[in-house]
Amino acid sequence: MCLAIPGKLLELTTENGLKMGIIDVNGSKTRACLEYVPDIHVGQYTIVHAGFALKIIDEEEAGESLKLWQELIESGAFEPDEEPPALESL
Amino acid sequence: MKYIDEYRDPQLAQTLFDEIRRITTRHWTIMEICGGQTHSIIRNGIDQLLPDTIELVHGPGCPVCVTPLESIERALVIASRKEVIFTSFGDMLRVPGSSRDLFMVRSAGGDVRIVFSPLDALQIARDNPSKEVVFFAVGFETTAPANAMAVWQAAREGVENFSVLVSQVMVPPAMRAILSSPDNRVQGFLAAGHVCAVMGYAEYEPVAREFHVPIVPTGFEPVDLLAGILKTVELLEEGKADVVNRYGRVVSREGNPWAQDIISKVFEVIDRPWRGIGIIPESGLGLREEFASYNAEQRFNVTNICAQESPLCMSGSVLQGILKPDACSAFAKECTPEHPLGATMVSSEGACAAYYKYGLP
Ligand code: SF4
Repeated sequence: MCLAIPGKLLELTTENGLKMGIIDVNGSKTRACLEYVPDIHVGQYTIVHAGFALKIIDEEEAGESLKLWQELIESGAFEPDEEPPALESL
Repeated sequence: MKYIDEYRDPQLAQTLFDEIRRITTRHWTIMEICGGQTHSIIRNGIDQLLPDTIELVHGPGCPVCVTPLESIERALVIASRKEVIFTSFGDMLRVPGSSRDLFMVRSAGGDVRIVFSPLDALQIARDNPSKEVVFFAVGFETTAPANAMAVWQAAREGVENFSVLVSQVMVPPAMRAILSSPDNRVQGFLAAGHVCAVMGYAEYEPVAREFHVPIVPTGFEPVDLLAGILKTVELLEEGKADVVNRYGRVVSREGNPWAQDIISKVFEVIDRPWRGIGIIPESGLGLREEFASYNAEQRFNVTNICAQESPLCMSGSVLQGILKPDACSAFAKECTPEHPLGATMVSSEGACAAYYKYGLP
């Protein structure tokens, strides 16, 4: 119930006075209420839970942490001593 | 897929595993609160690939697991009524009461429907004015904004044939209960990313200080989890009891102010029973007086229903990180996902079910 994967806002709508949107989650379109992300605009990514968008994904933050990790790899500080682990969900 | 693939990168995961191994000098016990994280950790074999000195124990953060048996019984009684359309998130339908589950009520002619959002339940109420539509409002702080909005909207529109059966719980009081237990072994926490998306992580700072534990909000993908574990180990090794966010793209210190606003307008903090654990003071949400007419327990007079747990089940200890599922004598014997005896075997997010599914240990 607490898992939520990121989706991209495709379209804004209104239903019964509530701000709603169509969100593309991994290729399937779902409706979500956008009342808790009033500043969202089409094209942004968000986390949807129980039919509600809860947070606009912070692109800058996401980029920052990935950059840091990438540097970690490139610095070669840690020589992998074994094969990468089998992550089944890849 | 954006925001998914990069967090499943095997090379990055390996780097993080190596770094965790490099900085760990002694045994640490870390609890992931969230059942979704438990599931991801076990599915990806993260607990198996970590150094032996890092022990992950699984927390109570599975809404299906902690919804008390009384609430399930109340749902079954309400759902069996002729005038009722009973609506719920799909995961609650398989949860057995003392003798049946919601699927069985449906097979026996009850109108039980799975909805994705509580707003869909409200729509069913608008479409069926001659029926009573009840939504099973369970969950943690992640579902609270959705459930609150359905009630808020029903009140605003004057939809009178809608009500909610509430079993809404919160993470920080459960952490306090775990840390206060004389049997506690948890030294650091991974906090549940999406709970923190709603509430922010500032509310964990007093817990970290009071109990001297580091707390690290993180996400659900392998790289998120490993980055969270790495940070927790770093803080433990340094003797620091800080709250450090490792899910910056989704979690802020303050959380979501709009969601918090509606939660506090519709709900108030109350004592709540947790399945397998018992009552935790000020750990749940109940409808405020202004919204009492939307309370299904009162509308259908089911407040007095009680229920008895299986005496074999040790899920209370499992949910508090005191026991691993395989330490339970009923695990994979009397108790399986097809015939669950306890809460943590019922839900796919439950620790017992995850161990069973992925053949652990
Ligand atoms: S294996 Fe079954 S009986 Fe044992 S603790 Fe888990 S849910 Fe309870």
